[in-house]
Amino acid sequence: MRHTLAVLVENKFGVLSRVAGLFSRRGYNIDSLAVGITENPNISRMTIVVRGDEHVLEQVIKQLNKLIDVIRVMDLGAEESVDRELALIKVNADKDNRAEIIQIVDIFRARIIDVAAHSLTIEVTGDEGKIEAIENLLKPFGIMEMARTGKIALKRGSKSP
Amino acid sequence: MSEKKERMTGARAIIESLYREGVEVIFGYPGGVLLPLYDELYDADIRHILVRHEQAAAHAAEGYARATGKVGVCLATSGPGATNLVTGIANAYMDSIPMVAFTGQVPRSLLGNDAFQEADITGITMPITKHNYLVQNANDLPRIIKEAFHIASTGRPGPVLIDLPKDVTTDEIDFYYPDKVDLRGYKPTFKGNLQQVKKAASAIAKSSRPLIYAGGGIISSGAHEELLKFAEIIQAPVTTTLTGISSFPSGHPLYLGMPGMHGTKYANYAIQESDLLIAVGARFDDRVTGKVQSFAPNAKIIHIDIDPAEISKNVTVDIPIVGDAKNVLASLIKHVKKTERKEWIDKIQEWRDAYPLHYIKEKNNLKPQFILEQINEVCDDAIIVTEVGQHQMWTAQYYKFKEPRTFISSGGLGTMGYGFPAAIGAKIGRPDKVVFNIAGDGSFQMNLQELATAMQDDIPVIVAIMNNGYLGMVRQWQELFFDKRYSFTCIKGSVDFVKLAEAYGALGIRVTKEDEVKPAIEKAIKSNKPAVIDFIVECEENVSPMVPAGAAINEILDLERKE
Ligand SMILES: Cc1ncc(C[n+]2csc(CCOP(=O)(O)OP(=O)(O)O)c2C)c(N)n1
Ligand SMILES: [Mg+2]
Repeated sequence: MRHTLAVLVENKFGVLSRVAGLFSRRGYNIDSLAVGITENPNISRMTIVVRGDEHVLEQVIKQLNKLIDVIRVMDLGAEESVDRELALIKVNADKDNRAEIIQIVDIFRARIIDVAAHSLTIEVTGDEGKIEAIENLLKPFGIMEMARTGKIALKRGSKSP
Repeated sequence: MSEKKERMTGARAIIESLYREGVEVIFGYPGGVLLPLYDELYDADIRHILVRHEQAAAHAAEGYARATGKVGVCLATSGPGATNLVTGIANAYMDSIPMVAFTGQVPRSLLGNDAFQEADITGITMPITKHNYLVQNANDLPRIIKEAFHIASTGRPGPVLIDLPKDVTTDEIDFYYPDKVDLRGYKPTFKGNLQQVKKAASAIAKSSRPLIYAGGGIISSGAHEELLKFAEIIQAPVTTTLTGISSFPSGHPLYLGMPGMHGTKYANYAIQESDLLIAVGARFDDRVTGKVQSFAPNAKIIHIDIDPAEISKNVTVDIPIVGDAKNVLASLIKHVKKTERKEWIDKIQEWRDAYPLHYIKEKNNLKPQFILEQINEVCDDAIIVTEVGQHQMWTAQYYKFKEPRTFISSGGLGTMGYGFPAAIGAKIGRPDKVVFNIAGDGSFQMNLQELATAMQDDIPVIVAIMNNGYLGMVRQWQELFFDKRYSFTCIKGSVDFVKLAEAYGALGIRVTKEDEVKPAIEKAIKSNKPAVIDFIVECEENVSPMVPAGAAINEILDLERKE
């Protein structure tokens, strides 16, 4: 089972390694982790996707809560949430297949952000499924490089934490 | 309280902060980057104990904390000084003991440069501290120290480390000590949820075979009186873990001693038969539960603990109550009724009569259990510290503890070498008490250099070595599970402990016969100086009873050696 956790932390140095260390020492796998500051510059938000059963999830949440620099932990799996991920994909492109690639980009409402003689760099946003789908379609052309931000997520509705 | 701001260096600010935290003693060892701080300590109103190895500073701070309930403080220089503290910090973390460790660090401009004697001690100690700090601005010192003492001593206690770059201690600041801490990520739950307390009370009313399983949390929260009252009202027998020992009076009819691997048979049988296990400040360690799937198979479980992460970590709990043990027990007491449980108490008495702790005396062989009984007879209100091994288990089994904070032992980490420095710390915290370190011949050699500390600062602790010539606990496993192949566990005759003691100027006594035991103990106490008693004991005595690793705790074997 995969779970998405939103973790509000003090924006202090060392916080990332405290959180990452907590996972690695227990052998819990992090699928993705995205960090950035929030509307409050003293607070950062981490969105962590972890794999594990309910028992693992419960321990992860409790152990995160024990960290002094962790302000709040929310299990977004259990609630209605919206999530997005951004990917940059650099794909082989020449004049013969360029049109075909642009067509795929349009269908996915992605954008081309860099054009070179033998490549195109594409920016795509969406949920994981969408990013995997475009990746699969672009693969035959030859993906030269790819970067993903990891998922970020918020609860739906007007409630804030 | 509005304090006037005063201009001073970081080093001075540290001292001022320690005054405000009521620190009376620091266990430390100096070094280059600590020179400014040591210069302030030179005429500070804080006692400084110069240890001979930084590991001992951490253990001594912990022994002091355990004996007094106050926060222990230790101090080491950067690099090797800091890394030498690591074992002691890990030990305090595993046993949840409040401690603040200060380490020197290279100046900020050199951080990360592999500078001389640089070690990333905040990185190294992240998994073994409750929290740690690298001070990057001298102005933060008072706030950080305030927070560190608060974090170390509240909630589930534990060690906090503060790393001090040298130039932070020489920078000048306007000193102001905050009244309060403001940590939005740290709000331990103190009071138990009333609904849960009521649920627990009703489960207790319905139970016919309740059992209290109490741990170190009773001692750290000061809940021993509540525990006694609670047990007497609901007439539930009490078993205490290794770190819970001394939280319940040994002679009490409801007391069952320690459970688990080397626990009493009757404690283990009672757990397995119980229909309601009330765990308080204990964490279902594998040395207690044995094969966890077969642990307390007939019992509902109430778990009272200040740390929510302990709830349902190792066993599934039916009624969790997160909160301070003293607070929760006091509130439970209000909701339970006086109950008689004659059948259950009689059953336990039957087990107690049928399976008492015992050992076989031999004419020409001194038995360690006998020595412990003799120490108990000579001095029944001592603080007893131990090292790690067979002697530790015999102490837990045979000395009759009466009041809390009189048994000090490395539980979670099982650190050989812990006992002697911890005993030094305990004696400094409780100079009114006779302090013994019950030692193994192996363990004592891991920190015996502290004889020099004890001599220099006149700290009269008594080291009672159960000298069996072996790393006995490991030898016992080799005897039982490896066909007596004693691979590198024999240390016989490698040192003359009496001469060793004398070399340091301490009292050294060798004891080989039963009738010499008591006089030696009395002589050591009377001498009022650091003493080492070398008790030459039977080499192949085993700790009995024993639950083999992986077995259920009622599959417990007798291992007494026959002549
Ligand atoms: C630092 C450390 N190293 C190794 C061990 C493993 N160990 C546990 S008990 C023990 C033997 C202890 O020997 P001794 O101090 O003589 O005590 P005895 O068991 O003989 O009473 C050893 C090696 C340990 N607990 N701690
Ligand atoms: Mg030994």
